[in-house]
Amino acid sequence: MTVAEAFPAAGYEAPGYERQDWREVVRVGVMGGIVAVYLCLVGIVPVFDARPLISGVISLGEAALIGSLGVTGAVAARHAQTGPRNVVTAGAVAGLLAGIALSLLVIVGQLVNLRGFMLNASPQLYSLLTFGMGMAGAWIPVVAGALVGGFAGAFWLVPVRYRSPIVRGFLSILVLGLFAGLLRTPMLAAGLGQLARFLFAPEGLTVAGAVLTFVAVVGGRVVRQRLGVQGRLDALPEAQRRRLHVPFVALLLGIVVVLPLLLGPFFAQVIALVALYVLMGLGLNITLGLAGLLDLGFVAFFAVGAYTVGLLTSTAEFGLFDLPFWAAVPFAILFAMAFGAILGLPILGIRGDYLAIATLGFGEIIRILAGSDLLKGVLGGPRGIINIPKPIDVPSTNFLAGPVQIYYIAIVFAALIAFVAWRLRGSRLGRAWLAIREDEDVAEAIGINLIQTKLLAYMLGAAFAGLGGAVFAGLVGSIFPSSINLFVSINVAAIVIVGGMGSIPGVILGALFLIGIPELFREFSDYRFLFYGIALIAMMRFRPEGILPSRIVRRELHVAENAGPATVEADDPTPDRGTT
Amino acid sequence: MNARMLERITEFAIWTFLWTFRIVIVLVVVVGSFLTLASGKYDIDTWIRLAVTGAALGSVYALVALGYTMVYGILRMINFAHGEVFMGGAFAGYFTAIALDGAGFLNYSPVTALISVVLMIVVAMIISTLLAVIVERIAYRPLRNAPRLVPLIAAIGASFFLQYTFRGFFGPGVYAYPGVTFLSELVPIPLLQIRWVELLVIVSAIVMMTVLYLFVMRTRIGTAIRAVSEDKSTAALMGIDVNRSIVMTFAVGAAMAGAAGVLYALMFRQVTFFFGFIPGIKAFTAAVLGGIGNVPGAMLGGLFLGEIESIGPILFLDGLGVPSANQLKDVIAFTLLVLVLVFRPSGILGERVTKDRA
Amino acid sequence: MKFARVGALALAALLALSACAQGAASPPADELGVITVPAGEPINIAYWGVLSGADSTLGVDSQRGVEIAIEDKGGSLLDHDIVLKTEDGLCTPEGGATAAQKLAADTTLVGLIGSACSDETQGGIQTLTDAGLTTISPSNTRPSFTDADRDATFAGYARTAHSDAFQGKAVAEFVYNEQGLRTAATIHDGSAYAEALQQVFADEFTALGGEIIVQEAVSKGQTDMNPVLTSVAAANPDALYFPIFIAEGGYIAAQAREVSGLEDALLIGSDGMFSPDFITAAGPAAEGMYLSSPNFSAFQDAYASFLEKHTTKYGESPLSAFHAHAYDAANILFAAIEEVAVQNEDGSLFIPKKALRDAIFATSDHQGLTGVLSCSPSGDCGAPLIAVYEVTARETGGEWPPEAPVWPTE
Repeated sequence: MTVAEAFPAAGYEAPGYERQDWREVVRVGVMGGIVAVYLCLVGIVPVFDARPLISGVISLGEAALIGSLGVTGAVAARHAQTGPRNVVTAGAVAGLLAGIALSLLVIVGQLVNLRGFMLNASPQLYSLLTFGMGMAGAWIPVVAGALVGGFAGAFWLVPVRYRSPIVRGFLSILVLGLFAGLLRTPMLAAGLGQLARFLFAPEGLTVAGAVLTFVAVVGGRVVRQRLGVQGRLDALPEAQRRRLHVPFVALLLGIVVVLPLLLGPFFAQVIALVALYVLMGLGLNITLGLAGLLDLGFVAFFAVGAYTVGLLTSTAEFGLFDLPFWAAVPFAILFAMAFGAILGLPILGIRGDYLAIATLGFGEIIRILAGSDLLKGVLGGPRGIINIPKPIDVPSTNFLAGPVQIYYIAIVFAALIAFVAWRLRGSRLGRAWLAIREDEDVAEAIGINLIQTKLLAYMLGAAFAGLGGAVFAGLVGSIFPSSINLFVSINVAAIVIVGGMGSIPGVILGALFLIGIPELFREFSDYRFLFYGIALIAMMRFRPEGILPSRIVRRELHVAENAGPATVEADDPTPDRGTT
Repeated sequence: MNARMLERITEFAIWTFLWTFRIVIVLVVVVGSFLTLASGKYDIDTWIRLAVTGAALGSVYALVALGYTMVYGILRMINFAHGEVFMGGAFAGYFTAIALDGAGFLNYSPVTALISVVLMIVVAMIISTLLAVIVERIAYRPLRNAPRLVPLIAAIGASFFLQYTFRGFFGPGVYAYPGVTFLSELVPIPLLQIRWVELLVIVSAIVMMTVLYLFVMRTRIGTAIRAVSEDKSTAALMGIDVNRSIVMTFAVGAAMAGAAGVLYALMFRQVTFFFGFIPGIKAFTAAVLGGIGNVPGAMLGGLFLGEIESIGPILFLDGLGVPSANQLKDVIAFTLLVLVLVFRPSGILGERVTKDRA
Repeated sequence: MKFARVGALALAALLALSACAQGAASPPADELGVITVPAGEPINIAYWGVLSGADSTLGVDSQRGVEIAIEDKGGSLLDHDIVLKTEDGLCTPEGGATAAQKLAADTTLVGLIGSACSDETQGGIQTLTDAGLTTISPSNTRPSFTDADRDATFAGYARTAHSDAFQGKAVAEFVYNEQGLRTAATIHDGSAYAEALQQVFADEFTALGGEIIVQEAVSKGQTDMNPVLTSVAAANPDALYFPIFIAEGGYIAAQAREVSGLEDALLIGSDGMFSPDFITAAGPAAEGMYLSSPNFSAFQDAYASFLEKHTTKYGESPLSAFHAHAYDAANILFAAIEEVAVQNEDGSLFIPKKALRDAIFATSDHQGLTGVLSCSPSGDCGAPLIAVYEVTARETGGEWPPEAPVWPTE
């Protein structure tokens, strides 16, 4: 046994001990620098700077910058050899390099006017990076980078069982800081004014609030660990653990039901929209998650449903029959399904990725036709159909007035669809879908009629999209062709994919993140799709099954990843060159 | 009603539907064209002009389609981010043009204008290639063995990422290329009404495509690319560096797209962060039209699509009395896409890489 | 006995005190409710409109107009500070609906300026009207919003911008009367604004005696305009009216002269393209075309000093065309607040909402930047002065805005 083996944490550098890989550290540092400069130039740092995280202390933009420097340091230090000196040095060096990149940005920016080239290379950015000192302060990012990187590196010296709670603590500050302003207003109205003012500033947390959050979360996790809660949970037999879920689920359901009444009509509007997307996500979940058909033209059926309701119920010019909402909904679903059949029949023979493009084409065709002059006489053209009455006609003082009723309606429908989806999954049809998704040739060989089965999946997805459109028309009270766009399809697809294909809780989570958050934080709407893009790439790389996938999908996607090149052909359902 | 009957009914429904579809399309095309031509509203010069602009547009589509078709051939994947590479090239060309214009070089004489254009194209090609290689490295390479859907979604994510990165850097506005006076003048050819810029686009496209064709057919790297497209594992066994071939494919395709971006922007003068998306989809249509995986097919498909877009709405729909026929230009393009995918997925010059059984 | 007397005194004192308290703080009756602004608290108003995305210049421009109005008021009204909150409407009906919900939930809001895009108002107006709030829009131009027979959901809506019903009419008169042309074609871009505006133009032009020979459309993002221009040129119109936005408008302007049949046609657009960005996009080909817009020259003399303040405060010229309308909208709101607010002895204010709404709609002869404004019962407060400007070499050379309109000439 060598001395190094005997005293592994002592940082003892024995001969033959692996040298610190400085090249790796430098590489991480440079990458970190590129990321930090990118964050500045793409506008995240300067724009988010307007939003305080901890009021008076640090803004969201500054937090992003420090976060990126910290992550750089942490990643570099992770690869370092053990020993406090090495770890901290690695982190500090990486952070230093990243800081140098930022300094270079400042220096170049002061010498050359980059503003004409890149919008965000502005004096505000430079002063942000140098605490207002401009060129004279160009050394600040370097030092800051080194310090932050070093601290982040030192993070690895913290005992393992405290690391996770600390990270959670910081994340909680981030999350609460974002929500602080939104929580403060209803709390003030509800008489919790003292508490609200203590914890939350008009935007962001107060210092006290931040400290309290951190302590509470870290303390909570540590206590949980000490008490060995996770171990005891794991030790329980499966059935008992399931039963423990029940009170949680019940509480969750209770919150879901009462939420809009607690939080007021603005929140109700947002979560009504979220519920709507959950509804559509569940529909796409059947088409995509169960049957594996990537439908990027979902918005076409959404449009059919919305316009059907509009045409049947509107009291204005283009309304045909002045029906009540509930009478129009079945028609909306029926027409959407019919369109699903019509559009689906010709294209369901097309393979995977081509199906995606073909459906995308359909979505665009429907969108253009909806707003076209050709159909202006029927569909209202660009001016759309207005005066669509709300589903439940109540006076405006009733608690059900406005978006609250849409919220409940959407929840009820979503629950219905979830139930249908759940039953279908366990049924023969559901298994047929899974078989098709795994391997079409084998599925056909065992007697599954591909066309019929795919068509059913497609039509069901269309039906639920139509339902979503119908509810949307009720929510907004009007339908314009501008509301029918590719982004609706992409949103729904992203919810299903990021949330977890084939899984209902996954779709709900996906909708909360991808729809709820951007709605709540309008300032970030410019960067919404940037985050989408990064999220999609990251998810596909690290967790392609989604955040909360169904077990089957997780098995499927992880097995394929872990397998080597030998299984490429095996996974490939169709031969590359048609030998048939 | 037993399962057998249901199956037969479904098959009958499909058969009827597809035939109705075919007939309607043929009717629209034939009757519409006849009525339009018979009305005499448009004279021969107009049609020639439309054909010329269609050819220029089609050349751009063809160049971009090449990237799609090559990547699909080698990785069986639709590179959704390709349209953004096109956009990136256009932006790079814009900044180069601004710099050249600021130096007074751009409009000094036709010769300097031509040199400037070449310079813009070169810069654009470099930037586009860089973008494509980065995207391949980060988003596609780790997913090479994943099920088909996964890289597709990653590609969509990459597309958004690039679009909104450019938006973040340069803002949501439109950037106008400085005018190159010599390019907007008419070429002194009798009968044909074509501008220098359109001639430039068509000629450049032909030149680049020929170079590419020779590259793919005659050089070692090109042969390697073709080998990897045909059978990855065997090629690897033969000692071909698969990774390098793939990166080369992306690079070459991107270079084509970058050049196409500059040419497109020279014709229409404006670039904005979103303007690569729809041309990207149309270029993919062109690639499928011509036969995916097939280089001459992409060229043909591009030209065909460009002409259909230019002439189609007027020829087919105007005669039928469709109001604002030009609004439905994209409908024609997408219908063409669906038609190709349904009825002849192997494309005009055909490669049986696409059709799954019905 | 003693207790009874003490008790009676205490009761009397209590009653007296409560009477005093009530007497000082009893809000007037109002069917829509009363907003109480306690002493020391600010008067909250809000600006809602598109603040992000491609159309953000429209919203930001108007917001700045409101901010300058607040500054000119000294930042306070009736001894209370004025605080301006903002909400982003994203230029979509859903965005407007959500913004309206958020604003309606804030019970301290007194009045609103907004929205920027007509779509936002379409989505959000019901919520605001139901909440008893009143909003004055500086830039919505959709004709139906201030129609005499407009829907009850618009009861809380007024605007200082012109209705496109006036703009389309003005353009029609310019083309028919001033230019003497008899045939025209229109192109819209599928947006509600453009489609409505070109239809008004078409109807008015026909009413004057002209003929609309073709109405075409392009889609957003379309670049190759040659086919649609060919289609239009085949009918040989004297004039082509394309009231669309900068990108597509730029393409059309740049390509129109290259299409045989349109070389001599009169090209005219509207305020969606009235921006230096359009001139950049269209290039030198824009020279000789016309653009309609609110008549800046008819703005009162105070406009010049407004521009100075704007440049000083924001470091640039105004971004869009409706900042002055926003300034006027804010001042109409302030005047109405001053008129109906009940000032209490303790420094608090009561602002009855219905009375405020009525006061806004009753505004007459208000000296604004955009003219002398009076509001109609259906909320039309704008001075419908539309002018047509010509794009000359001066503008294509980089000077903006044009100095004087070519029509009407005063």
